[in-house]
Amino acid sequence: MASVALTHLDPASRAAARGWSDLTIRNVFIIPTLAFLIVFNIFPLIYSLGYSFTNFAANRSDPWQFVGLQNYRELLSDDHIWSNFVITAKYVIVSVAGQMIVGFGLALLLNRSFPMKGLITTLLLLPMMMSAAVVGLFWQLLYSPSWGPINYVFGLGDFAWLSNPDSALYAVAITDIWMWSPFVMLLSLAGLSAVPQHLYEAAAIDRAGWWYTFTRITLPLVSPILLIALIFRTMEAFKTFDIAYTMTTQPTAELIAIRLYKQAFQQWDTGKSCALAYIVLIMVLAITNLYVKYLNKVKER
Amino acid sequence: MAHIELKNITKKFGGHTALTSLNLEIADGEFFVLLGETGAGKTTTLRLIAGLEKPTEGQVLIDGVDVADWGAAERDVALVLQQYSLYPRYTVRENLEFPLKPKIRRLPDAEIKDRVDRAARTLRIEHLLDRKTDRLSGGEMQRVSIGRAIVRKPRVFLMDEPLSALDAKLREALRTELKNLQMQLGATFLFVTHDQIEAMSMGDKVGVLNHGRIVQTGTPQEIYNNPRDTYVASFVGSPPMNLIDGKLVNGRAVMAPLNFELPFSGGAKASAATDGRPLVFGIRPEDVYLESGAPVEARVHDVENHGVEKILTLRVGDTTLRATVPARTDVAIEQPVRFAWNPDKVVLFDKGSGVSLRHAG
Repeated sequence: MASVALTHLDPASRAAARGWSDLTIRNVFIIPTLAFLIVFNIFPLIYSLGYSFTNFAANRSDPWQFVGLQNYRELLSDDHIWSNFVITAKYVIVSVAGQMIVGFGLALLLNRSFPMKGLITTLLLLPMMMSAAVVGLFWQLLYSPSWGPINYVFGLGDFAWLSNPDSALYAVAITDIWMWSPFVMLLSLAGLSAVPQHLYEAAAIDRAGWWYTFTRITLPLVSPILLIALIFRTMEAFKTFDIAYTMTTQPTAELIAIRLYKQAFQQWDTGKSCALAYIVLIMVLAITNLYVKYLNKVKER
Repeated sequence: MAHIELKNITKKFGGHTALTSLNLEIADGEFFVLLGETGAGKTTTLRLIAGLEKPTEGQVLIDGVDVADWGAAERDVALVLQQYSLYPRYTVRENLEFPLKPKIRRLPDAEIKDRVDRAARTLRIEHLLDRKTDRLSGGEMQRVSIGRAIVRKPRVFLMDEPLSALDAKLREALRTELKNLQMQLGATFLFVTHDQIEAMSMGDKVGVLNHGRIVQTGTPQEIYNNPRDTYVASFVGSPPMNLIDGKLVNGRAVMAPLNFELPFSGGAKASAATDGRPLVFGIRPEDVYLESGAPVEARVHDVENHGVEKILTLRVGDTTLRATVPARTDVAIEQPVRFAWNPDKVVLFDKGSGVSLRHAG
């Protein structure tokens, strides 16, 4: 769809029929949105930036002091925090890679016509429509060492997925893959169905095999949309909290968001946790920025 | 290079029958043009030969071998489509290399370079080799897509209206080029078009397709001078053949509702069998001429000046017919004129079936 600059009202529109001017539309729709964003997003953002330079604690009424960069200095030299970041990095890599592979693979399988395609696609999308906390709780049951169906099906005896320090993080990542692969699948399907059929026919005529066609035609044409899926999933995985928090208490699965939560609402170290939130924000921004730069390069090709 | 034969092909898409018992033979090294209106089944025929569709019934033979179970790759045909189908994001060179690079048939690099350069030289696209395909004009894109077909040296070239998306000047130029290319390569070409000028000017042989059936196959001259039925007569030629209802009476053509008579030289044999039977008389506009002493009077309804000639629309009663006259002929609209026809060139069609009496035997 072409985007048209809204310089005047479409005379056939309902707004015009009601006699609304551009000014009215601006006042009715845009100003409330802006006000909402400022009050609930931008203001807390700036306010927490201020807190990050203090030793403010939200559960005490003691006067707080300005401490400069001390919070940041302490956080960045804290080995504990760094190990949280390493855990998060492992988690992001495993779960995003898994989602990309499973999601794109499913999309390749679904990108043809077969009976009940619509129904199957819809069913496959269900996981991502559920609440993350519910997914976490259910998978905790599935993983249960004594009577969980997963151990039963794979014959793993009483292997304790979620309380084993070596496996807890990956167990959470598998759940995340289950939940979010459909998202990658949906975007990939959109990308795949946008590849014109006549290109595949031309390739068949040119005697190209399946793999050659896939790497030379399908992948290059789908890669921009795959990168968008990758950006979204990386950002989301980086700040995963709910699934991991409901599923396990293992320190080896303590993602940075969980650490942040504990610091803010268990230790009530509000100033320091604001600083940590800012460090996370800057990291996510940096990673996203890298992707977007690469995406623009891919699109130019 | 190859000989192609379609035997009794029927193709159905659901309830719709695209082709009905189609028989077609294309000789080795021939430039065969399949001519028909949109929806006549031309593209379906091409796709069946290419292996992109399977016939519901019948056989496709390439060099005498039934290729029913062969995929597009094994049939070794090249297909040039109307929408070019260039691979996006690649340069012209990469597009030309594409068919040569799959691992199974990978040619040595020097050979690939040689073939690409030769194809580029033939099609005069050497200066475009390093350009991305989305920076090309329509004519350039079509050359590249033809280039991608010729680098591979396929057994057959299939072309699906490759020129119809181009503007008139370019179309004319590429028409000549394609014909030259075909002669230079000595390759078998099957060219599909709805444009009868393309068919007449390029084809060694033309097949006219109507509603999934081959109506007539022959050289352009045969099709033009001796159409098998009124459909071919009115489809081929611009302006088309004049078709006038009437009958033969004592060796003269009598136009029944129009009430005029013209001499006819069909011979005694033809007239004896057809006397009084309802017929359609077909006459090409260039075989209608104006003369002061000619037998029929008409009025000039319209004049189209084409530079080298004028196409007149003449009105007799409430019927019109076209006449091609030299450009210097001085006529005005609504001017009364007298016309006659060349009695040797008249084609008779049966009124009921529309089939030419010469073809009906």
